[in-house]
Amino acid sequence: MNAVHSTQQPVAHAASELLLEVSALNAWYGAAQVLYELNLNVRRGEVVALMGRNGAGKSTTFKALMGMLARRQGGIRFMGQEISTLAPFERARRGLGFVPEDRRVFTHLTVTENLEVGRQSDRHWPDGSEALNWTPQQLFEFFPNLGAMQDRPGGQMSGGEQQMLTVARTLMGNPFLILLDEPSEGVAPVIVEQMAQMILALKAKGASILLSEQNLHFAGLVSDRAYVLEKGLVRYEGSMAELAANEAVRKAYLTM
Amino acid sequence: MDFSALLSQLLNGLAEASSLFLVAAGLSLIFGVTRIVNFAHGSFYMLGLYIAYSIVEHLMGSMGAAGFWLGLALAAISVGLIGAVVEIVLLRRIYKAPELFQLLATFALVLVINDAVLGYWGAEELLGRRAPGLSGSIDILGRQFPSYNFFLIAIGPVILGLVWLLLVRTRWGVLVRAATQDREMLGALGVNQAWLFTSVFALGAMLAGLGGAVQLPREPASLSLDLRTIGEAFVIVVVGGMGSLPGAYVAALLIAEIKALCIGLGSTTLFGIPVSFSKLTLVIEFLVMAVVLVLRPWGLMGKPQATSRNSAPVEAPLRPGSTHFKWLMGALLLALAVLPLLSTWLPYASVLTQDVLVTVLFAVSLHFIMGPGGMHSFGHAAYFGLGAYGAAILFKVLTMPMPLAFAFAPLVAGLGALVFGWFCVRLSGVYLAMLTLAFSQIVWSVVFQWEDVTGGSNGITGIWPSAWLDGTRYYYLTLVLVVSSLFLVRRILFAPFGYSLRAARDSALRADAIGIDVKRVQWLAFIIAGLFAGLAGTLYIFSKGSISPDAMAVGKSVDGLVMVLLGGIQNLLGPVVGASVFSVLQDSIMRATDYWRAVFGGVILLLVLVFPQGIAGFFQQLAEAWRHWRARAAVKAAALPRTLEKQA
Amino acid sequence: MTLLQVRDLNKSFGGVRAVDGINFDLHEGELLALIGPNGAGKSTTFNMVGGQLKASGGSIQLLGQELVGRRPRDICRMQVGRTFQIAETFASLTVLENVQMALLSHHGKGFSLFRSARKMYRDEALALLAQVGMERHAERPCSELAYGDVKRVELAMGLANDPKLLLMDEPTAGMGPEERNDLMALTKRLVVERKMAVLFTEHSMDVVFAYADRMIVLARGRLIAEGDAQYIRNHPKVQQVYFGTGKTFEHEMAQQQVQV
Repeated sequence: MNAVHSTQQPVAHAASELLLEVSALNAWYGAAQVLYELNLNVRRGEVVALMGRNGAGKSTTFKALMGMLARRQGGIRFMGQEISTLAPFERARRGLGFVPEDRRVFTHLTVTENLEVGRQSDRHWPDGSEALNWTPQQLFEFFPNLGAMQDRPGGQMSGGEQQMLTVARTLMGNPFLILLDEPSEGVAPVIVEQMAQMILALKAKGASILLSEQNLHFAGLVSDRAYVLEKGLVRYEGSMAELAANEAVRKAYLTM
Repeated sequence: MDFSALLSQLLNGLAEASSLFLVAAGLSLIFGVTRIVNFAHGSFYMLGLYIAYSIVEHLMGSMGAAGFWLGLALAAISVGLIGAVVEIVLLRRIYKAPELFQLLATFALVLVINDAVLGYWGAEELLGRRAPGLSGSIDILGRQFPSYNFFLIAIGPVILGLVWLLLVRTRWGVLVRAATQDREMLGALGVNQAWLFTSVFALGAMLAGLGGAVQLPREPASLSLDLRTIGEAFVIVVVGGMGSLPGAYVAALLIAEIKALCIGLGSTTLFGIPVSFSKLTLVIEFLVMAVVLVLRPWGLMGKPQATSRNSAPVEAPLRPGSTHFKWLMGALLLALAVLPLLSTWLPYASVLTQDVLVTVLFAVSLHFIMGPGGMHSFGHAAYFGLGAYGAAILFKVLTMPMPLAFAFAPLVAGLGALVFGWFCVRLSGVYLAMLTLAFSQIVWSVVFQWEDVTGGSNGITGIWPSAWLDGTRYYYLTLVLVVSSLFLVRRILFAPFGYSLRAARDSALRADAIGIDVKRVQWLAFIIAGLFAGLAGTLYIFSKGSISPDAMAVGKSVDGLVMVLLGGIQNLLGPVVGASVFSVLQDSIMRATDYWRAVFGGVILLLVLVFPQGIAGFFQQLAEAWRHWRARAAVKAAALPRTLEKQA
Repeated sequence: MTLLQVRDLNKSFGGVRAVDGINFDLHEGELLALIGPNGAGKSTTFNMVGGQLKASGGSIQLLGQELVGRRPRDICRMQVGRTFQIAETFASLTVLENVQMALLSHHGKGFSLFRSARKMYRDEALALLAQVGMERHAERPCSELAYGDVKRVELAMGLANDPKLLLMDEPTAGMGPEERNDLMALTKRLVVERKMAVLFTEHSMDVVFAYADRMIVLARGRLIAEGDAQYIRNHPKVQQVYFGTGKTFEHEMAQQQVQV
């Protein structure tokens, strides 16, 4: 897997290909502010890790990006357009795909039906080229496990299979950018490994991913760049390699 | 009863079942997706019948036979459109309000729709035309059976099949089924929930409208159909299992057939005892529901309900009132104490206040199990009624002295709560609510039919307090008992038992794991609530002198719900405020206009939209904002002198 | 001394064997980790010991007394405490009231109707909160706490009945590495101080290898391995069904070994 990582160069795109541009994002849970003036961006073809301890504001950032928090403020430009006033479903329709940390599979629906819920029409980049579009058939090839259980209800799948299904369900929306919340959390090591392989494979297909992660090692395997959050503030940003080398930051905000 | 009579009754039951199923299916669909218990669903049924009447009258003149069938379809579609408008204009604004708040809104709709129908069609019953081509009857084993009934028998399974196909075979159906589990996730996947909800609500309303419309040749349109139908539809949905359409059909069939059998059997003798089965029809569906829920807590074909993802905000911990608040309460109490002395200037005030006090006690007892207990009772009037009738029977029939009757009557209600509560606490959520409703219906129909003891529909009269407790003294007795009851309830909530009760509500799993016997806690709470509701009933009857079954009918239970929700369920003062506002509003509006229901419903809708946290909840929020603001002002004020010092 | 003895325990859900005849012992003063892939039957086993699920067969004995067939509240009275995979606390009570509630129940005062509960077992509750490092948050509503803090409150509640056996279902799920170590170090200390035993499930291998005295591995409802860290890590079957190649966590393991 490391070998794959080293040969995989980030797909080079001009600065105009800035996919997501977040400026001065603030968010609250009830009366408590949990995000402060957050700035971050993701370019086309990048895998960016949002790192930090539990409660640092990673999941909150994702929810704010999706518009799933009642109180938030600040600018979110996606594909060059301001989306911060849109409802969650409208953001999803613009091509922002969200994979929640707690899976949230529709347990009474079969695998195929779960995918159907996520289906959106094919997308094209502004330059006219086709985006990474998926059909159920392609997804079943990409996730052979799911292909073998197309009619199984979500509730009768193991945790790892459910994890894959949530990703596949989001991919059915053909997102320009995938928000992947805590992919390695709460699953067996063997599944964590599969998740890492899957992210690398998606990256190889040209997908852009923003993921949140506590596990530096996991993030190091899959990402190009990282932002480190602490108590709702961005404390560090840089390439994954720089972060791995920066012991001070690691000790202060990640403490492995 | 011979075989042909039996067969004819069974066929009748089948025909009856179809309409019931249509209404229940719509109700079930709407609940599944939006989590709204739609009280107005019976009103949609009623509207379907009225609209069908008018359209068919209009079209049959010009189009003949085709006009009849087109009229039924158009009526159903119109009701669907009305449903869509209701969802867009009203419900969409309150999906985020606490659970059950939508119930309040739909109940207000019941009132508004009822008066709208009264205004447009008048109070007269309207009987529609016979179905062209199906107006005759078919001979079955020598009995005449209306041929239209065969159309009715067919339409239930046909619609069941169509809706089932819609749910299983279409993308819309997949989305609807997904929405029943996790609607927030649906939004994050790019699905516009708003339109999904609107379409589900419209379809549900349309099914109810169709259920009403097809009854046109059989049943006269009347203003009492809304509440009667919603009661039956609730029962069917619960017996079948929430969210299960086949379950709803089976339940509709079961109940319609059992009812038909009861009518067919009439009065017979069983083991030498005369039994009137036809009288049983008033209560049989509730008996069936009670039995089913005790044996199968999630209905015949239902599944245990997953906790919905869209829960209301968590209640704040209870805090003792502030000093200001205690002073305010003291002043209020003082004002109530001197009220009778002002009778020269305010002759009506103490009479109204006495009513309000009794109502407050009733609402507080309901809030005790609904709020801190988390058990939504739709049949709390039963305990009010048991208290009142208990007093009346002890006093009049058993000729007990008044003080003794007064003392024992609340215990009668407590005993009722002891028995019914044992069953109810075994269920939860909507199922528990429905079982409470079933028990209260059973009590009501016993009272209604046991004429020798309860006086039947005439009720009991001439129940007055002893001379030494009359008039102003009775006012003070009421004041003292109500105020000390409120104090006692508050005390219980701050005692370990109150903690246990809230703990059992917040997490039964955790409560059980730390050794709390959840069912027993809830059972005791149920009994306590029953006792206080019984006391309210007792106070009521000795102030009015008479009682009839109306005082404990479903309407009274709903009134209690409205009061609790109006005041704010998460607030101890909520039921007090809610009951006061409710009684005063009702009193003043009822005297002002014939269309009091519409006005009252309108006021409730307005309150729901303006105060989604309830009235008391709203003022609590205001108070918190004020405290917040003062705290910040204080910090600034404290900071100021220091900066000045620095400058100096 | 053997505290818990599990023999031939099994559980079927509609014909599917979720737990299939497992045996294990737990000794006083021991931290035993139950690991395995998601859906292996860990939570099911847990819920059978805690009484939340009734075993289909087999026996679970605590100091010679049978637990199978008892309700959770009776098992609680036998001094078994537990935490849940998704922390279960009373959201509308304050942190202090949560622990007070557990103590009230433990002392059989849960039905007391008229006495104000505010002062009852307050000091004991505060002492328990101090043990888990939550005394600063005593007056806050439980609904406002960070997730890791809710887990600490849950732990304090689990300790209220002075347990001999503490069941912890994924105690560090959703926590950062530092919080994980804090909580498990605390647990380890409590085990020594209180002479109790802990049975826990966990996915974080750094936590398991650093703190468990022994571990048992479940896969598809069967117990496939039992032993210490060294043995489990090199067990070929465990590697195959659970660890995978181990690439995603060997880094953490290296770090852990330096610390321990």
